[in-house]
Amino acid sequence: MLRLIAILCLALLSPLPLRAEEVVLGLSHEEIRITTRFDGSDILIYGAVKRDETSAPDLPLQVIITVAGPSGPTTVWRKERVGGIWMNTDSVEIDRAPSFYAVATTAPLKEILSETEDLRHKISIPRAIRSVGAPQNIDDAEAFTDALIRIHERNHSYLTAEGAAQLHENTLFDTNITLPSNLTEGEYKIRIFLTRDAAVVANYETPISVRKVGLERWLYALSREHALLYGLLSLALAVAAGWGASTFFALIKR
Amino acid sequence: MQIYLPIAEVSVNAFLLLGLGGIVGFLSGMFGVGGGFLITPLLFFIGVPPAVAVATGANQIVASSFSALMAHLKRKTVDFKMGGVLLAGGLVGSALGVWVFNFLKTLGQVDLLVNLFYVVFLGIVGGLMMIESLRALSRAKHAGPYKAKKRGRGIVQTLPLKMRFRASGLYISVIPPFVVGLSVGVLAAIMGVGGGFIMVPAMIYILGMPTKVVIGTSLFQIIFVTAFTTLLHATTNYTVDIVLALLLLIGGVIGAQFGTQVGAKLKAEQLRIALASLVLIVCGKLAFDMLITPSDLYSIGSN
Repeated sequence: MLRLIAILCLALLSPLPLRAEEVVLGLSHEEIRITTRFDGSDILIYGAVKRDETSAPDLPLQVIITVAGPSGPTTVWRKERVGGIWMNTDSVEIDRAPSFYAVATTAPLKEILSETEDLRHKISIPRAIRSVGAPQNIDDAEAFTDALIRIHERNHSYLTAEGAAQLHENTLFDTNITLPSNLTEGEYKIRIFLTRDAAVVANYETPISVRKVGLERWLYALSREHALLYGLLSLALAVAAGWGASTFFALIKR
Repeated sequence: MQIYLPIAEVSVNAFLLLGLGGIVGFLSGMFGVGGGFLITPLLFFIGVPPAVAVATGANQIVASSFSALMAHLKRKTVDFKMGGVLLAGGLVGSALGVWVFNFLKTLGQVDLLVNLFYVVFLGIVGGLMMIESLRALSRAKHAGPYKAKKRGRGIVQTLPLKMRFRASGLYISVIPPFVVGLSVGVLAAIMGVGGGFIMVPAMIYILGMPTKVVIGTSLFQIIFVTAFTTLLHATTNYTVDIVLALLLLIGGVIGAQFGTQVGAKLKAEQLRIALASLVLIVCGKLAFDMLITPSDLYSIGSN
């Protein structure tokens, strides 16, 4: 409650911009820290809609919140039976697919966002993935994109939560997004869209960094920067453990 | 207790990994195999990315093999001379294997080929061992003491560069052990395993080594070959996860000690039948997976 009051105060005190409606945002974490005990994380995204007094909202406002992980090219393979054995035969390279993507809305996405606005802002999961063209020999490239989404949804790395965001008094909004335990490092992007009559009236974007800290960071850096040393360390550990166990057992038997 | 693996970038249960390492270590100590053919598929199954599973598996094999080797050293069941010859072949073979692996990778389908290799080799080795051991057992039952077949007559005996392997009680050419080491090295690099399950039968049936020294000697060779593989993976692909390795090897070294003790109590024929069954089970599972319709025809490839 205190937090909401704080946001309200913030919203009232800060100088008014030119736009009629604007988003003021708060996050429960400034960054997501991956420690050794990391097992997924919940992130609370909350904020307020700031509006100048002249704009009189007649239609109800809707909120869409997206969280996107770092994007990169991904290959999707399809298996086919060849001589009784299932093997990968066809593949489609998806140009850009985020490693994580979540959409939380105040109402079903179709009702609060038009197709053209989705296309412009790349909000829904299929739009957040960019697939330019499939090789000549594949005539059902869409099946590959669908499969990519299906596999990610099964791993909880793509999620659509319609109705999971709340908007109070047409002003305060919040949602909770669960980040899975198999999170990768990088700059994540949080976007907030305010829509009215299926059109985006305001949007806001902020990064949140997900990074390894402490031992995780140290080991990761060591493995990349001093690979040979890291490899030798792994071996030393292996030999020491093997030797230690056999010595220990020899002592017990005596 | 969940733990986040820094290189694999997944969160897994620490006790699950300890247990997994323990079971594989136990089998490794008992049979003198590195256990790579078990640990790698098991790691896939719990969600560790294949590249990390293969590389870290190699490191784990070093640990459990080292622990088991120490036990064998005490019982003086290691033929260092033979091990050295096998190792020389193994290192050449492993470098060759990495080259073959990368060549196959450019052709695509490397996963399928690795699986086919597993099914074919596990099938042949497991099948042969099973038949031979069952025959030996029934002979022992019906016809009193089992007379060892005269092995190794023919080509193996006629080759030059003969050397005396005192611990094995053999006087043979160094060429067959070198070739055995080399072919195991090639297979080991392609399949991401130590190769004990191929080397142990090869040492018994091709080189004619006594079963007593076979296990210790194969462990000796495996340690160096897998250490070499681990370093190759760590420096080229950055896929060795030291946290994953630590958890697996704590379980592994303890399991290996128990395994060696149990192995010493069992008869050679029983050991062979048990190892053959294990190999055949893994082979059957892999073959089955290639033949049944997958639950999802699509998969995301790693770039």
